Amino acid sequence: MAKLIVTTREGETSEVEGERGISVMEILRDNDFEVAAICGGCCSCATCHVYVDEEWMDKLPAREEDERELLEELESFKDNSRLSCQIEFTDDLDGLQVTIAPDE
Amino acid sequence: MTDTFIIVGAGQAGGQAAATLRSKGFEGRIVLIGEENYVPYERPPLSKAFLAGELPVEKTFLKKPDFYDNKNIELRLGRRVVAIDRQARTVNLDNGESIGYDKLLLATGSRVRKLTVPGAELSGIHYLRDIADVEGIRAAMKPGARLAIVGAGYIGLEVAAVARKLGHEVTVVEALDRVMARVVAPQVSAFYEKVHREAGVDLRLGTGLTAFEGDGRFEQLRLTDGSAVPGDLAVVGIGIVPNVELAQEIGLKVDNGIVVDEYGRTEDPDIFAAGDVTNHPNAILGRNIRLESVQNAMSQAMAAALAMLGHLEAYNEVPWFWSDQYDLKLQIAGLWEPDDEIVVRGDMESRKFSVVYLRDGAIAAINVINNMRDFLPAKKLIEAKSKVDPARLADPEVPLKEFLTT
Repeated sequence: MAKLIVTTREGETSEVEGERGISVMEILRDNDFEVAAICGGCCSCATCHVYVDEEWMDKLPAREEDERELLEELESFKDNSRLSCQIEFTDDLDGLQVTIAPDE
Repeated sequence: MTDTFIIVGAGQAGGQAAATLRSKGFEGRIVLIGEENYVPYERPPLSKAFLAGELPVEKTFLKKPDFYDNKNIELRLGRRVVAIDRQARTVNLDNGESIGYDKLLLATGSRVRKLTVPGAELSGIHYLRDIADVEGIRAAMKPGARLAIVGAGYIGLEVAAVARKLGHEVTVVEALDRVMARVVAPQVSAFYEKVHREAGVDLRLGTGLTAFEGDGRFEQLRLTDGSAVPGDLAVVGIGIVPNVELAQEIGLKVDNGIVVDEYGRTEDPDIFAAGDVTNHPNAILGRNIRLESVQNAMSQAMAAALAMLGHLEAYNEVPWFWSDQYDLKLQIAGLWEPDDEIVVRGDMESRKFSVVYLRDGAIAAINVINNMRDFLPAKKLIEAKSKVDPARLADPEVPLKEFLTT
């Protein structure tokens, strides 16, 4: 098990165990963080938007076209924005830090 | 004594409502009752990745099975509610158990509409609504099996796409003269008809079904034009009907769904409803609607759960839907109407474009095909109802969000 460090919209940071091979969105959802994840992870709704700690950005696979196009239209979009359903959690990501983005 | 909240229906709305009650601090007893033997799961993948065998069943679960134990949510799976007593405030299950409630949420969802033509009772005729249905279809889709699909809506077309990718022969029969006729404009139907035909689907439009034929087991469709479509299995996708019977039995107002307000409240202050089964007001659309969608199930369930806790936050969203067929990701926001003016953004041949529906000069709906950048701004524009210049809108180089500021 690897660790995922999550900061909520209220600014509280906590650490959870992340199962390998599932998405960061699923880990957030299983741990009851406030991501709506309406579409269930098929990159359709942008309700699982997170900011990834800058130092981790390079370690993540690049955004696919759908993800990029959805994200760029969000008012809360930043350079380190990702849809957490599109990040598969692996051992390499042990210690990954994400902040849940505002709901919009 | 702590309060007991009972949720009837363990689909996406029921599951989401239970999770929301806990995350919003409800400490009383929650009982979630569902007819299927699965914890709440997501239905959209059933006719897509799950049918294709690309997704294990656990990946469809809304929450991991241990979530319910961890959150002290009592599950009654494989159980059906046989009666509700509003005076005594009790719910009776099919195993004889009776549970008292303080608040009750009806999230009974919908069931498939069934055909009643001759031969409808033959084996080998499948419908698609739940995990067990898809497991049945997959078991019947042996290598080389031919599919005879009835209905060219989302379900029929998604099944056709999966089956063609797996190399099956596919015929789709549709009584109306175009595919997805309820939800998209004729131009978009025509685009999808071409896609399916190019993928090798034998698409029979404007052709009704008169009978299923076979000796005990389905062998062929008989069509209104007299022709026959042989197949090894039939899959029928002709819509769903809301499960309103329980609500009707207890005298709640039912009119194409259980009638609720924008908070998911029925006229009984202790009874709420959410999901496919409700007929609810939508201020953006300016009318009452019943929606068969995940967006509605999830968001309305959250609002209804909050209302059960006494927090009134109106559920009022632009309806949206999606459908995956082949390499095409279709996202729909808003509801199409036949008189809408159509503006196409981009080149349909490129398989990346949007079709915008204008009503009274404002964007009322959109179909986004492999063109996600238009989706979120379009939802905002639908909500804002601001007038747009159709000529400028037709230029795909002009980002949709620019219309938000004008």
